[in-house]
Amino acid sequence: MYRMTMPMIGTAQSWRDAARALINANVPPANVAWGDEASATGLWDAAPPPDVKPALKVPRSFITLANSVVWHSDPTRFSMLYQVLWRLRDRPHLMTDRADADMSTLRRMEKNVHRCQHKMKAFVRFRDVGAPDDTRRSFAAWFEPTHHTVEPTATFFARRFGDMDWRIITPDVSAFFINGELTYGEGQPKPPLPEDACEQLWTTYFRNIFNPARLKVKAMQSEMPKKYWKNMPETAAIPDLIATAPARVREMNRAAPTIPPLRAAKVQKQVAALGTAWSGSPDELSVAVADCTRCDLHCNVTQAVLGEGPQDASLMIVGEQPGDLEDLAGRPFVGPAGKLFDKLARDAGLDREKAYVTNAVKHFKFNPRGHRRIHQRPNIGEVTHCKWWLDAECATIKPKVILAMGSTAALALTGNGSDLTLRRGEALKLDDGTQLVLTFHPSFLLRMRDPDKRHTAENDVRRDLDLANRLSGLAP
Amino acid sequence: MAILSDAAKYDASCASSGSTKRDSRDGKGLGSNTGSGICHAYAPDGRCISLLKILMTNFCIYDCAYCVNRVSSNIPRARFTVDEVVKLTIEFYRRNYIEGLFLSSGIIRSPDITMSDMVQIARKLRHEENFRGYIHLKTIPDAAPELIAEAGLLADRLSINVELPTDTAVTQLAPEKNPTQIRKAMAFVKLRKQGSAEKTYTGKRPPRFAPAGQSTQVIVGADASNDATILGQSTRLYSSYGLKRVYYSAFSPIPDSSKNLPLIRPPLKREHRLYQADWLLRFYGFELDEITGVTRDGNLDLDFDPKIAWALAHRGLFPLDVNTASREMLLRVPGFGVKTVSRILATRRHRTLRYEDLTRMGVSMKKARAFVTAVGWSPAGLTDSADLRAKFAPPPEQMSLF
Repeated sequence: MYRMTMPMIGTAQSWRDAARALINANVPPANVAWGDEASATGLWDAAPPPDVKPALKVPRSFITLANSVVWHSDPTRFSMLYQVLWRLRDRPHLMTDRADADMSTLRRMEKNVHRCQHKMKAFVRFRDVGAPDDTRRSFAAWFEPTHHTVEPTATFFARRFGDMDWRIITPDVSAFFINGELTYGEGQPKPPLPEDACEQLWTTYFRNIFNPARLKVKAMQSEMPKKYWKNMPETAAIPDLIATAPARVREMNRAAPTIPPLRAAKVQKQVAALGTAWSGSPDELSVAVADCTRCDLHCNVTQAVLGEGPQDASLMIVGEQPGDLEDLAGRPFVGPAGKLFDKLARDAGLDREKAYVTNAVKHFKFNPRGHRRIHQRPNIGEVTHCKWWLDAECATIKPKVILAMGSTAALALTGNGSDLTLRRGEALKLDDGTQLVLTFHPSFLLRMRDPDKRHTAENDVRRDLDLANRLSGLAP
Repeated sequence: MAILSDAAKYDASCASSGSTKRDSRDGKGLGSNTGSGICHAYAPDGRCISLLKILMTNFCIYDCAYCVNRVSSNIPRARFTVDEVVKLTIEFYRRNYIEGLFLSSGIIRSPDITMSDMVQIARKLRHEENFRGYIHLKTIPDAAPELIAEAGLLADRLSINVELPTDTAVTQLAPEKNPTQIRKAMAFVKLRKQGSAEKTYTGKRPPRFAPAGQSTQVIVGADASNDATILGQSTRLYSSYGLKRVYYSAFSPIPDSSKNLPLIRPPLKREHRLYQADWLLRFYGFELDEITGVTRDGNLDLDFDPKIAWALAHRGLFPLDVNTASREMLLRVPGFGVKTVSRILATRRHRTLRYEDLTRMGVSMKKARAFVTAVGWSPAGLTDSADLRAKFAPPPEQMSLF
């Protein structure tokens, strides 16, 4: 029979060393008695076997599990771990088996330790113990953890409170962080800590952040069990808060509603005069289109995207509708289709800066899918409603030539969005005498899978851009 | 202090998670961030206290009917100075009371002036006090974009409240707020965040912008919108602006409430059901109309959680064999969570699952038993039994005397 005694401090490393030595010496779990410093020694205890290489390889997840479970308060934790380690030798997949009984016990213990660690991070309350003229401030706390979690959790406090000295005293193990160095010591009885004025302020905050209209005592207790209350200053206020809550709600209901104070009207008048800043361009049209409610699309989008370009452009380019990026940025043709358009325009010798670029529909229509928005084609009703804005733009810009890209733009301008392949490539005339060139939409090119077909279509668009460029007189 | 924390309690968000990892082990600063949040205390309303949630001031020039701080309310007013907020945050943080600061404010004089004061607090904390804890700034949508841009560089999370589920409701109840402006501000934050993720030509990474993302809050029950409308808005917000969370806050009676509001409070259950539905939409692969299509009026059933309601309406798909069913279908079984489904899939590779194995994996078999088969378990007629619905319904309850 081997007796393994685990120390209170550095338990995780000791267990690992001991377990490695035992498993290398092929000692079955039944021949080992594990205990901590408190447990009594047995009659037939043998000295532990020496640690010899090569060591057994175990999955990393077992080490992680063991590093948590050793801190549990259950006296059988060491033997349970060794039992599973023994079984791991010929069942390497044991770690991923969620239904194994031994593993589920260990996982439950791991969960308990994690919860205890988490609660320690949350519920330790420091008190100021430094002198007012110290350069490095110093704090101390008394805490009673359920498991042996001081050592694994102390590094968290060291990372968080790097610029101050602190001590966490517990009946189990105590941690000290002095001048940037973390040390551990034996457990101590509760020390007398000086009063801290901040606790009063904190309790005031606690009392006031509570909303009496939604009393849920059980929800509070499941997350903040009563065993922690005695070391937390704010919990003293809880019984009173619970007792007075229903009365406070009744009072609120009875008191409502009241007449607004006199200054309300005065302030509101000032607000009306203030207006909102950040309302975009002073141009009347862009302000008006931002408030457009002609169709239902406006409710779901960020903003209406009006065209941009010189106000006296001779060429106007009309796309379909703003896409995801355009909707966020508030500018037309900045997304992937816009990039392709820029490239094709450059090839055709067309300067985008000199043309007025806009869309047939000013709002983005989409289908939400998780974290993405899937483009949806606007229907005839929406296109018709938005024609009003397109007309307004045409009236201000008065272009010589309009280049309509895609069937939606063709629909908006000619009332017919079909047969683009047949109708593209020639100069048409609108009722008011403006020349019109139809072509494909860049996003249609982006969706084409066949590289040959895409190449042909791109060349078509280049030719159409060139045609519009020449007709408008922009090209030499 | 009492007045200004009292006024902040109607903000639902308190998360301190999802930011960049940083610490103060170098001894030159204070605070750390592990990526997952810590709740340092719980109030008797069941909500956690993770951040110091305060208002810089509760003076406000706006008149939003649902808000306790609106200009026409008769509550006492107060104001913190910049230094007071900074000192309070640091002192509370040192005593391990909080994870960081959640700063919000009523609007004084103009949105820009208020926002610049809030940014100044964040700047002081970060640069003068070397504070490395969590900062959440409630952003004012009407403030200048440069201020929002600076706020994003200093804070971990920005939030802009959409307040109400429809544009019409915002116009009615919060006359000074402009829904389009709110969405524009969220778009601005998203674009800045995207921009900060791209490397520059020299290969340098620009400073992180609001690493914990942005969130928003919707008040439920102050207007007549049904749950389908509310969830529809949320799905759009998630997809449009990459929000981390949409918080639902059941409208609760406030001291000195406005006469424009219904004095009936919506059941807190409704808020809970909305959160459950939100989770189903985001993590369980449900579509919006699947959840809201179960009832005729577009509201979620208060007596059943949305997943059970859906399963009860689609019993033809059940029972599922846990040993063969796909991940997508397993996620739709009541009582199975995302984690348990991963565990089932992992364990299925080694063995055929029995009823007891499922309980060991953390499945709530009370809910799931009617909808699954496993070795040693078949629900037989239970799935189609007429009283299955009644089994999930909450027990009848005596009416409250008050």
